[in-house]
Amino acid sequence: MASVLEIRDLATYFHTHDGVVKAVDGISYEVDEGETLGIVGESGCGKSVSALSVMGLIADPPGRIERGEVIFEGQNLLELNDAEMRKVRGNRISMVFQEPMTSLNPVLTIERQLTETLELHLGMTKNAAKTRSAELLEMVGIPDPARRVKGYPHQMSGGMRQRVMIAMAISCNPRLIIADEPTTALDVTIQAQILELMQSLCQELGTALIIITHNLGVVARYARRVNVMYAGKIIEKGTAREIYADPRHPYTLGLLNSVPRLDEERGVKLVPIEGLPPDLIELPERCSFVPRCRYAVERCMHEIPPLEAIAGEHLSACWRSGELAEVGEKAS
Amino acid sequence: MVQTDRQTQTNQTASQNGNILEVRDLQMHFPVTSGIIFQHKVADIKAVDGVSFSIKKGETLGLVGESGCGKTTAGRCILQLYKPTGGDVLFEGQRLNDLSARDMIPFRRKMQIIFQDPYGSLNPRMTCGDIIGEPLIIHKLTSGKGEYNDRISELLTVVGLNPYMADRYPHEFSGGQRQRIGIARALAVNPSFIVCDEPVSALDVSIQAQVINLLEELQDQFGLTYLFIAHDLSVVRHISDRVAVMYLGHIVEVADRDELHENPQHPYTKALLSAVPIPDPVMEAERERVVLTGDVPSPMNPPEGCVFHTRCPAMIDDCKRGMPELREISPGHLVACIRAEGYGAYE
Repeated sequence: MASVLEIRDLATYFHTHDGVVKAVDGISYEVDEGETLGIVGESGCGKSVSALSVMGLIADPPGRIERGEVIFEGQNLLELNDAEMRKVRGNRISMVFQEPMTSLNPVLTIERQLTETLELHLGMTKNAAKTRSAELLEMVGIPDPARRVKGYPHQMSGGMRQRVMIAMAISCNPRLIIADEPTTALDVTIQAQILELMQSLCQELGTALIIITHNLGVVARYARRVNVMYAGKIIEKGTAREIYADPRHPYTLGLLNSVPRLDEERGVKLVPIEGLPPDLIELPERCSFVPRCRYAVERCMHEIPPLEAIAGEHLSACWRSGELAEVGEKAS
Repeated sequence: MVQTDRQTQTNQTASQNGNILEVRDLQMHFPVTSGIIFQHKVADIKAVDGVSFSIKKGETLGLVGESGCGKTTAGRCILQLYKPTGGDVLFEGQRLNDLSARDMIPFRRKMQIIFQDPYGSLNPRMTCGDIIGEPLIIHKLTSGKGEYNDRISELLTVVGLNPYMADRYPHEFSGGQRQRIGIARALAVNPSFIVCDEPVSALDVSIQAQVINLLEELQDQFGLTYLFIAHDLSVVRHISDRVAVMYLGHIVEVADRDELHENPQHPYTKALLSAVPIPDPVMEAERERVVLTGDVPSPMNPPEGCVFHTRCPAMIDDCKRGMPELREISPGHLVACIRAEGYGAYE
């Protein structure tokens, strides 16, 4: 299948007073047409920064995209100027942010916020855009759209606002939607509603979807392929089934063992990952996970492991990825 | 006199059934007022509206529900941080509702709370040692500086921090470490009962597991009883012995953790369980999903009849007639739904 988005060796650094923060440090991945890709990792691992880099939303200074290519529909987005980028952003690629509270403008009606994109990107007339915005609200399941469209964000619940965000994201029939922690601020039943909605809309419209989340369950339910990120790098990627059944990086394994599962037996102990994620300033030349890794060997201390294929689409950046299955069993 | 009769009565029941805490028909209605100078009440927010449960000594009761369901308010009412507007809170057989602030002090030593937000619940101007030591001073638990410092070091070690960190300020700690400070502060007075109000929801997954394990170890070590409030069903199921599900100020189901998962009876519990994704793509592909429509109604204007009927997939006309009471349908399994198996006829 053809890929909509191809990222090659992308690196985004933040130049701060304390030093250079390598938030994203050489990641590569591609998103196929119409597929759902999950990017999973903890706070500060660079998952949001990688998405913002694709959208050209990194504040410069302090942030800067140091190297790499972001190929979208055959075009390197990093080479576009601001005006050209504006034509892509919100049109061909759109984004759903985490905070439905703060990402909508509180002083504009829902209608105004929806028509803005429609008029700008699709050249619709005011009236056509107004009709369309009510239709969009209906598509995302907001009851009484004709009345709601005249309202303001504060008159809506968190789940409804996130629906408005989704309506905005799909308004120009994008090829790709990036959802950055779309449901983290929402309750579980609303989270399920929103994710089901996003998935069915994307299937209907043939849009590719990147879901960025820290929730391993959400990825398991919705994504076909997964990238696991740690300290600015992709440390494991593959299909969801491969990664969950046969994790080949100690961090992925650790994450899976540290979440309580709804279907677990009584008395199961969680195995936390000890320690804290590293400070991204001045990372030493070694595998970033070494201080927290229970399988580290001498080699891990002074060589950064490359992302290498294990089988098929499954890649892992660990010197011991080949033997992790056996070593893991012995250790537990 | 009525009061004392009631107390002796409840003292007996408490010693008989081994419950450390009993909550009966607890109500917390917050008034909504209007007007600036001449304020008058225009409505009530029924945050907690008739909640009853009990917790045995050494047990963990999970209280789960979505935001706005009243779970935090219920926790705070138990500790008398809010004065409940109705019902009884009995701790070791003693009714707490009418105690004065001074009479509450001995109970505050036995009942502690761990808050959700490790950023907001620590005073940024106090050192970590002072934060943990404050309860010791208030309850006059140590004599002399040396003993005080020793106790702080001990508490820090118990929660997995280093004693030398006592001089640091909260901003120097990570989220997980701060939550450990919050736990150390709660443990300082040797409580027997702790309300854990969403203690891990603000933390990253790998750190969550550290704090959950710590809470479990401390429970074994000190024989603590927990009321564990959370919205994450998988965390609640992991740590609890029994789980109570709340919706819009009411408890709709209480059961043993495994029973609740394997045999949920209330449609809300079923939906809640189905909304939690399991980190296993193979299983997820086969799971049946119940997706609820709509939002939680406002507690200021809850629906007539069963509070859940507006979103309930199994709603029938009888559901609009009144909020069903919580009934025991099998030993230890209580449910408030007229359509549940074995619930019996609706009165």
